[in-house]
Amino acid sequence: MSILNGKKVIIIGDRDGVPGPAIEECVKTAGADVVYSATECFV
Amino acid sequence: MNSVIKGAGYILAFTPDMVMQNGTTQTTEKIVNPDSEYLKKVPEHLRSYEEVLAYMPNQTYIGNMTPDELATYEQPWYDKKAPVCDRYGKYGEIMPQDEFLMLMQICDVFDLCHLEKSFVAAVKPKAEAHPLYTEDMIAKIKDGVELSEIEHFVNDEHAEPLYHEGKLVGYVKRAHDVDTNLSAHVIHENLVSKASCVLSLLHLIKATGINKDEVDYVIDCAEEACGDMNQRGGGNFAKAAAEVVGLTSASGSDVRAFCAAPTHAMIEAAALVKSGTYKNVVVCAGGCTAKLGMNGKDHVKKDMPILEDMIGGFAVLVSENDGVSPEIASDMCGRHTVGTGSSPQAVITSLVATPLDNHGLKIPDIDKYSPEMQNPDITKPAGAGDVPLANYKMIAALAVKRGELQKADIANFATEHGLVGWAPTQGHIPSGVPAVGPLCDMIKEGKINNAMIIGKGSLFLGRMTNLFDGVSFIIQKNSGKAEESSVSEEQIKSLIAKAMKDFASTLIADAE
Repeated sequence: MSILNGKKVIIIGDRDGVPGPAIEECVKTAGADVVYSATECFV
Repeated sequence: MNSVIKGAGYILAFTPDMVMQNGTTQTTEKIVNPDSEYLKKVPEHLRSYEEVLAYMPNQTYIGNMTPDELATYEQPWYDKKAPVCDRYGKYGEIMPQDEFLMLMQICDVFDLCHLEKSFVAAVKPKAEAHPLYTEDMIAKIKDGVELSEIEHFVNDEHAEPLYHEGKLVGYVKRAHDVDTNLSAHVIHENLVSKASCVLSLLHLIKATGINKDEVDYVIDCAEEACGDMNQRGGGNFAKAAAEVVGLTSASGSDVRAFCAAPTHAMIEAAALVKSGTYKNVVVCAGGCTAKLGMNGKDHVKKDMPILEDMIGGFAVLVSENDGVSPEIASDMCGRHTVGTGSSPQAVITSLVATPLDNHGLKIPDIDKYSPEMQNPDITKPAGAGDVPLANYKMIAALAVKRGELQKADIANFATEHGLVGWAPTQGHIPSGVPAVGPLCDMIKEGKINNAMIIGKGSLFLGRMTNLFDGVSFIIQKNSGKAEESSVSEEQIKSLIAKAMKDFASTLIADAE
C-alpha cells in the first residue's frame, strides 16, 4: 500500500524543477488528499 | 526574409543600499521580524564597487569574459578575482550607485526625484564625463536640495529614501496623495527600471552604431507596471525610455509575461521586422529592485557576500536582413500552450522538441541552448540548484527518450550544448536573453551555426492562472541576402533571352 494513501499533503513545487500540478497528479494516484498545492519561483 | 540581430547591450548597476531599502526579502523581514539577526548582519555582507567589478559573472554579463572562459573557473566564483575588472565591456558597463542615483533623477520627468546638494556637486562631474550621455540628459540634472528637505519628505510625506554608502542623499516622493499605484515605492521601483533600461539603450546604440532616428519601435519587456489607480499597468516604459535616449522616430509598447517576456518580445520584434511593418525594433528591459538580496538570508547564513546587489538591464536590436548578422528563424518558434500541461517532460517537449520536429531537426542539431541563465553562485547556496544545468539535463533526458542521444552522453550535453549561468537573479533579465549577445558573436566567429533561446515564466505568481508559460526561438547563421532575393541578374538575362528567342520564332513562323 502506498505510504501516501489517505494522507493529507501540502505541495510546494518548483518552477525549474517539478511544478505543483505535476506533483499533485502523482500523489493523487497514490491515494493522497491534496490540501494545498502551489508552485514557487526561486529565481 | 528573416530578420536579424544586429547587436546587444547589457548593463549592471551596483545598488548595495537598495538591497536593504528595497529588496523584498529585507523589507518583509523589517515588518515581520524587525530585530532579526539577519537584518543586523546584512551591512557586513554587502560588497564594495571594486569587488563587484572583480566578480567574473558580472564581467561576463558586460562582455569582458565569454561564458566559455567563465566555465573554465571552478565554482564558486565569488571568492575568485576576474582577469579583467573594468567598468566598461563590449556590451555595456557596471555603473556605480552614486551615478545610477543621478541617472534616476535624469530619467524623472515629473519632479519626483531629488538629490542632496553636496551629493549633486560630487556626482554631476561624473555624469558629465559619461561617454554616452547626451547633452539633453546632462541638462536634466537638477540643483541639489537641502538635507532638511529630504528628511521632511521621507519622515512626513511618505517619500522613498535614497541612500548612498549608508547616508541619506535623496528622495523619491509620491506622485499622488491616495493612489497606491503612484506611491513613492512604486515610482521608485519604476524609475529604477526606466533608468536601467535607458542605460541599456545607450549601450545598444553604441554597440550597433545605429542612427537614433532609424529606430522605429521599442518593446520593453520588464516585469514592473506603470499606471495610476484607473489603469494599474497602463504603460509605457518603452516610449518613456526611448524619449530620454532621444529615439525621436520611435514608438513603442510594453510586453508583460513574467520572466518569459523577453523571449516573447524577441519573437514579436522579429515578426514585426520580417513582415515589413518596421525596419528596426529594439527589445529592452531595465531591472528590478524587489529582487535585490532575494536569497540574502542563505548567503548570510553561509557567510558569503550578498550577491544579489546588481540591477540588470539589456537591449537587443532586431533589423532587416543585412546578409551578415545572425538571423531569427521566425518559423521555428516553440510555445507552451494552454493545453500543454505542467510536467517537465511536456514543458520541454513544447519548447524544444516540437519546433525542431516541425523542421525535421533533432535536439543535438542545435549547437547551443540558452534557457534560464541564472548565476549558480547565487542559486546553489540558496537550495535552488544550478538552474541552467537542471534545464540542460531535462533537454538531454528528452533527447535520450526520443532516441537522439545516448544515455551515456547526458553528462556531456550541458558542456557541449550549454553554457554556464552568469546573469543576476533579476527575473526576466537572466531568462534566455543574456546569451543573445555572446551567441551571436559565436555564430559570427563561426564557432557555432545555431542556438535556441528559451524563456520561461511563472504566471501563477500573479494568481490569475495556475499555468506556467514559455516560448523559444532559434537564431542561426545568416544564409546570405542573395539567397532569398526574388530573381538574380543571371536569371533576368536568361528570361529576356528566352522571351526574345520565342518572339523571333513567332516572327519566323508568321513569315512562313
